[in-house]
Amino acid sequence: MTTRRGFMKGSALAIFGVGAAPAWLSRSVYASGLTPGKRKKVLVAVFQRGAVDGLNVIVPYGEKRYYDLRPSIGIPANAVVNLDGFFGLHPSLAPLKPMWDSHSLAIVDAVGSPDPTRSHFDAQDYMESGTPGLKATTAGWLNRALPNETGKLSPVRAVSVGSNLARTLRGPNNAIAVGNLNDFQIQNAVGSATFESMYENSLDTTLHGTGRETFDAVKMLQSIQKQTYTPAAGVEYPKGKFSQSLQQIARLIKAEVGLEVAFTDIGGWDTHVNQVGGQPVDGQMANTLKDFAQSLAAFYRDLGDRMSDVTVVTMSEFGRTAHENGNRGTDHGHANYMLAFGGAVRGGKIYGEWPGLAEDQLYEGRDLALTTDFRDVLGELVAGHLGKRNLGAVFPGYQPKFRNLLG
Amino acid sequence: MKFRALAAFLALATIAFPASGPDEAKAKLFHAKLDKDEQILHALDRLTFGPRPGDVEQLRALGLKKWIDLQLHPESIPENPVLEEKLKPLASLDMSALQVVQHYPSPQLIRSIAMGKEKMPEDPLLRASVTRLAARYKAKKDDKNADPNADMEPLKPLEELLDAAQIKTLNSGTLDEKRLLLASFQGEQLDDLIIALPPKLRGQLVNAASTEVRRKLLLMQNPQAVISYDLVVSKLERAIYSNRQLAEELDDFWFNHFNVNYDKGADRFEIPTYERESIRPYVLGRFRDLLEATAKSPAMLFYLDNFQSVRPDIDAKAKGNRPKRGLNENYARELMELHTLGVNGGYTQHDVIEVARCFTGWSIEEPRKGGGFIYKDKVHDKGEKIVLGHVIPAGGGENDGERVLDILAAHPSTARFISRQLAQRFVADNPPPALVEKMAKTFLEKRGDIREVMKTMLSQKEFWSQGAYQAKVKTPFEMVASSVRALNGDVTDAFALSNQVSNLGEPLYRKLEPTGYSNLNAEWVNSAALLGRMNFALALAQNKVAGVKVDAARFSTDPKEIARILLFRDLSVPTQTAIAKALDEQQKDKAPSPAMVAGLVIGSPEFQRR
Repeated sequence: MTTRRGFMKGSALAIFGVGAAPAWLSRSVYASGLTPGKRKKVLVAVFQRGAVDGLNVIVPYGEKRYYDLRPSIGIPANAVVNLDGFFGLHPSLAPLKPMWDSHSLAIVDAVGSPDPTRSHFDAQDYMESGTPGLKATTAGWLNRALPNETGKLSPVRAVSVGSNLARTLRGPNNAIAVGNLNDFQIQNAVGSATFESMYENSLDTTLHGTGRETFDAVKMLQSIQKQTYTPAAGVEYPKGKFSQSLQQIARLIKAEVGLEVAFTDIGGWDTHVNQVGGQPVDGQMANTLKDFAQSLAAFYRDLGDRMSDVTVVTMSEFGRTAHENGNRGTDHGHANYMLAFGGAVRGGKIYGEWPGLAEDQLYEGRDLALTTDFRDVLGELVAGHLGKRNLGAVFPGYQPKFRNLLG
Repeated sequence: MKFRALAAFLALATIAFPASGPDEAKAKLFHAKLDKDEQILHALDRLTFGPRPGDVEQLRALGLKKWIDLQLHPESIPENPVLEEKLKPLASLDMSALQVVQHYPSPQLIRSIAMGKEKMPEDPLLRASVTRLAARYKAKKDDKNADPNADMEPLKPLEELLDAAQIKTLNSGTLDEKRLLLASFQGEQLDDLIIALPPKLRGQLVNAASTEVRRKLLLMQNPQAVISYDLVVSKLERAIYSNRQLAEELDDFWFNHFNVNYDKGADRFEIPTYERESIRPYVLGRFRDLLEATAKSPAMLFYLDNFQSVRPDIDAKAKGNRPKRGLNENYARELMELHTLGVNGGYTQHDVIEVARCFTGWSIEEPRKGGGFIYKDKVHDKGEKIVLGHVIPAGGGENDGERVLDILAAHPSTARFISRQLAQRFVADNPPPALVEKMAKTFLEKRGDIREVMKTMLSQKEFWSQGAYQAKVKTPFEMVASSVRALNGDVTDAFALSNQVSNLGEPLYRKLEPTGYSNLNAEWVNSAALLGRMNFALALAQNKVAGVKVDAARFSTDPKEIARILLFRDLSVPTQTAIAKALDEQQKDKAPSPAMVAGLVIGSPEFQRR
C-alpha cells in the first residue's frame, strides 16, 4: 500500500504529466476533507431511463417458462453469458463478465420500486426522489445521501453529468450539472468576474444559489481544464454520450477535487417493438446494452485501483412485461435488476430472491414480482460506502433492509 | 425601478409574514397588482417570444385589451412579409409525407434504389445525390474496407464549370467573396456546380450560401437532413419574426404536449405534416379536434406504436415460430397520462388495456412510405370494452376509438390537467388553484374551446399579478429567440442558430420521451445551462454567434440605457453594480464596449426570466 502522499504524486504525474503539480496540490484539501489521510469515497449512480427489459439482460435461462412467455424475443440459452447455471447475461453484456469473475460485480434481481405505477415519468420521479408514492419530495435521494460535514466543502462534491441537473441530485446540498468539463467556464475573464458578482448578489432566489455554486465550481475546475485527459493505458471509452459522461466522472475522481457523489443516465430502453434483431446480439436493445456495458467496463478499468473507493450502482424505473407483446417488444412492467460494483461490493453473486415466472408468481399476472426494494440496495451503499449515518433522512419513512452486499 | 420594487417587496413579504412561510407569501403575491408599464411588459413576456424594440410603444398605443384580442385571433393579424419571404424556400413544410419521402429519401430507400427495387428520382440534383449515395452503398457492400467517405466521380468536373481563380475563391476566399460567387450561379448551372463540388468543400460553403443554396448543398450530402433543416429553421424564424406571436407560443406548447420525436423511424418524414395539419390549425381551436388530429396522425401512431397494435387473439390459432401479434399499450397509456387525464386523473391499468383494445386497427397505410391514416377492421378487437366506467358495446369498429376520445376530452380531469398545464406555461410553476379551477370550468362549459380557456386565464387578476410577473425562467428556445428579438438581430442561418438552443439543453423536435420538455423552472436552472447562457449572451452581443447578425455597437456605453433597450425595465442593483465595476476596470486599457455591456445584460439573472 502506497502512502497517500506517494499516491498523489504518482497520480498527479499520471494524469497531468510532469510540472503540473503545484496548482493541483492546492485542491488536495478537498480530497482529504476533514479526515486527513483518507480519500473521499465516491458513489456513482447510473439511471437507465425508459425501463430496461431486465428479463432480457439478466436472463433466467434455466427457467423454461421464460421461453414460453417470450417465444420470439427470448435470449437462447446457448447465447447467454452463463453466470451460475440458471442466470446468464445478455451477450452484449460480455464486457462486464471479467468484473463478475473477479467478484467485483454484484447483481440484484427482482428489485425495484414497490409503487405500482407504470408511468415512466412518475416511476423515475419516485426512484430519483427515493420516496415511492410521494410526489411532494423536492430533493433527490443522492443529494440527501451526502454525509453531513462542516467546514469548507468542495463545490464539486455532487456532480450530475448532462445538460440538466438530474432530479436524483437536486436538493439542499450544493450540486452542479456539468455537460463537458472543458466547457465549464466563461470564455471571457471580465465577463466571468462580472457575471459572478451579478449572480452572487442577485435577489433572485432561484438563480442566485445556482450562480454561486456555478462560479465556485468554475474556479475549482479551472486547473484541470488545462490538461487533456488520457485514460489509463489500454482503456478505450466507446464513442457516445453515456461513455463520455462516465469519462468525465472518472476524470473528476482522479483529479481529487472532492467529488463524493455523481449521477449520469442512458436512455433508449423503452422497447415496445422489435427489441431483438435477427440474432440476439442484433437490434435496438442489444446495441444500447453494448454501449452500456462497454462504457461501464471502460470506466472500471480506467479507474483501476482507485475503484476501491468508488462504487457504481445502476437502476431503471421499472421492468417490462414478462410476456412479449404483439410487436416483438415488451410493455411496462414491475420489478427489474440493479448492478453494483467497486468499493467493498461483494460481487460474483446474484442477490435477492427469485420469485419465478409462473402465472401465479407474476405481479398482477403479468410482470416479474418484486422481492427487494431498491432502497435496500441504495441504503446499504449510502450507509456502508458513503458512511452516512442517518438513513432516515435519505429514505424518510422507510428502513432499508441490508442484503449484505458489502464485505 | 420596477424590478427593484418587486425585489424589495419580495424581501418585505418574507419578513412581514414570517409565521405564514414562503408558500403563503407567494400566494399573496398573486393578489398584488401590476402597474400599467408592468402589465405591458408582462403581456409581451408571456404571450410573445420577448419584446422587440418598439413593441412596448406599439402595444401601449393599441391598448392592452385590443392587442390581446388580436393575438387571440391570429388570422386577423397580417403576417410579417419578412417571415413569409424567409419561409418560402423551405419546401418540405408544405409537402405530404409521401412527397417528403420522395424528395428527401431515407438511407433505406436509397439502398432500395441502389438494388434496383425502387425508381431513380427525376430531379437532377436529387438524382445525382442518390446516385452518389447508392454508389457509395454498393462500394461498401462489395468491399467492407472501402472508404465510406470516398466520393464518386462527378459528371462534370469542377474545372469545366469554374476557372482557376474561381476555384481558388471557393477554397480560400473570404466569406463575402464566396457568397458573391455562389450567388452568381443559378438554375441548372448551380445544380451542376453543387454536384461537381468535392464533399468537403460543400460542407465548408454552407456558411456562405443563401437558404436555397444551403438546402441544395445539404440535399447533395444527405437528402434527409433537409427535412430537419426546414423544421428547425421555420420554428426559430417563426418565433423570432412572426406577428402572430401567441399562436407560435401555443404551437410550441401543443407540439410539446403531444410530443413526437424526429429520430424515431417514420416520424422523420411525418413531422412536417403533423405540425402543419394536426397541431397548427387547432392551437386556439377545440381540444377534441386537436386530440383527434393527433390520434389519427401517422406521426403519433408511429411514435407511440399504436399502428401495430392488434386484437390479442389474432394469432391464437397460428402455428409455427412466427411471432404472435397482439396489443400494444403504449399509446393508450400516454393518451390518458400525458395527453388528457393526467397521471392522477382516475384511470387504472385495466382502463389502459381497454383503451388499447378500442384503438386496435387505428393504423398507417404503408408506414415506411409516408402513407396516411387507415382503419384496419380485420385487426380490430370487436368485443365489448369498459373505459372509465363507460360501456363501449361490441361491434363499434373504428368508432370505438372516437368514443374514447369523446370520453377523455369531456372528462373533468382533462379540463383540470390541460388548464394547469397552460397555467404552468403562461402564469407560474405553481399556478393558484383558484385560477386553474376557473380555467377548467370554462373548458367544461365551452366544450374544450382552447381560445375561451385562454381568455379566462387572461381575464383573471392572478395572471396580472406580482406572483406571475417575471416568475418564469425562459426555456433555452425562449432565451435564444428573446435575445435575438431584443437585439433586433438579422437571422441569416437559423439552422446554425439552432445549435445554440441544443447546446442549452433543448434540441428542437428531438425530445425522445413523450412527456415533451418540462414547463418548470427547475429543469432549466443548473450550472451547465447557466454558463451556457452567459457564454451565448456574450458571443451574441459581440456578433460572434453563427447564423445571426446583430449590431450592439450602435448602443451607448451607459448600462442603464442598454438595459432599457434590451430588458425594457431597469437593471437590478447587483447587476448594475457589477457592470459598472467591469466598465471601470476595463477603462484602464481600452474603452468599454457597448457590445460587451449588452452581452452582460443578456446574460444577467433578470434576462433569464420572463
